[in-house]
Amino acid sequence: MWVLLILVIVVVLWMVAAYNGLISLKNQTVNAFKQIDVQLKRRHDLIPNLVNAVKGAMDFERSTLEAVIQARNQAVKVNASGGGPEAIKQVSQAENALSGALSRLLVTVERYPQLKATGNIGQLQEELSSTENRIAFARQLYNDTATQYNTKQQQFPTTLVAGLAHAERTDLWEIEDQAERAVPQVDLSRR
Amino acid sequence: MIGFVLFFAWLGFGGDYIWALQGHHPFPWVGVILTTVAIIGVWYAYKTGPEKVLWATGARELIDPQTDAERQVANVVDEMAIAAGVPRPRVWLVPDDDPNAFATGTGPGNSHIAVTNGLLRICNRDELQAVIGHELGHVKNLDVRLMTTLAALVGAVLLVRDGMGRMMGGGLGRTGGGGGGGGGGGGRRGKNAGPLVAVLLALWVISWIIAPLVTQLLALAVSRRREYLADAMSAQFTRNPLALASALAKIESAAAPTVSIKRGAAHLCIADPLGRRLTNREGWLADRLATHPPMSMRISRLKGMGYAELKKEEAHSRVPRAAEPL
Repeated sequence: MWVLLILVIVVVLWMVAAYNGLISLKNQTVNAFKQIDVQLKRRHDLIPNLVNAVKGAMDFERSTLEAVIQARNQAVKVNASGGGPEAIKQVSQAENALSGALSRLLVTVERYPQLKATGNIGQLQEELSSTENRIAFARQLYNDTATQYNTKQQQFPTTLVAGLAHAERTDLWEIEDQAERAVPQVDLSRR
Repeated sequence: MIGFVLFFAWLGFGGDYIWALQGHHPFPWVGVILTTVAIIGVWYAYKTGPEKVLWATGARELIDPQTDAERQVANVVDEMAIAAGVPRPRVWLVPDDDPNAFATGTGPGNSHIAVTNGLLRICNRDELQAVIGHELGHVKNLDVRLMTTLAALVGAVLLVRDGMGRMMGGGLGRTGGGGGGGGGGGGRRGKNAGPLVAVLLALWVISWIIAPLVTQLLALAVSRRREYLADAMSAQFTRNPLALASALAKIESAAAPTVSIKRGAAHLCIADPLGRRLTNREGWLADRLATHPPMSMRISRLKGMGYAELKKEEAHSRVPRAAEPL
């Protein structure tokens, strides 16, 4: 009789702990996903200032700068329209385009060593690489947290309470753009 | 941590118990006083520890970065805070040419990271990132809080022992008298209690003598294990263990002691600031007395991680790449 009672109490306590653990991971995953948005927003806000700061020094690379501005505006527009799985795909496409434009800008700066001597350009480079790092790290944190969440809810015996906590598999952040997955082509013959 | 609290309780209430066995002191005042002292000590260290440590190193807070190097370290701390998923710590610069870094604070919500000017000078961006990742590993593991509390407990044991040392003579005399009285009475209880009291008393006195040593050794043991863990967490945040390995190698080769970081903060640093030879030696004694594991061990472990990662990446990338038209 007593043994049974103790057994029931232990099982109930374990269920509470497992349930709370799942809920905590679930919210952490949601938060980590929002952090990516925060960093993307930061990048959108930063770009106009940066481009203004280097406009004078980089007059001859006007097209590269304009591509960045255009990609940024497109990303902001898509973000604002929001909602639905279709929108998420569009957002990630726009952000990927922006990443591409920014990396082309960085490559352009690298090509002119005398530009780097100007204070503004050095600052631009630092800010751009930091921005890209922030987004990459926010995604990394999201993927790590989501993996932890997915593993936890599928493992025995936590999987028994997964239904109770409405735990569902979350998707990891992946590169949709096939071009980004391709091996970068490095041509050393030009130099 | 629990070990420390239990040890403290034994020191206090054990003494009371010995007295109580002889019918003296029904109220456990030694235990109460000891516990109060410990709580006040921990609270005081908890409140003022981080500021004290930072003040002692002469660090200045980086609020409005001016130079490129300052902007870079501010950005790197931001990035690593995102990777670790903790609020951004406050950044401090220590005016010292020797490369080193340390973290302090009471937890992720209230943490500080300090780097020396020397570190900013010799490290590239990746290496700086790895070092900051190591420090944030300490913050995220609550090592900073643990270490502050450990330091407070070590201090409290020393303090109380010094005070008790003066009373010890009187206490021993009284115990002898009590034991004699019990034997003379010839009661059953007295006979059983006599040897028990002697054994307990002997244990208790020995505990008092070795208390500071034990607490110090435990603190060091915790510190060394935490270094490996923080190294691993840095690798987890940056996904680049080789950067930390090369940063550690650079810090190691600049062997001059970091003069502005005092002994009290040694266990918080990325490398032993005292430049003690001990850290580089292996063996039983060195293992027990150093705040940090040998640098060569840390570097080889990180290189092992880097190698494993390379292997994994190769295995991963082989599949999709083969399917793609080149």
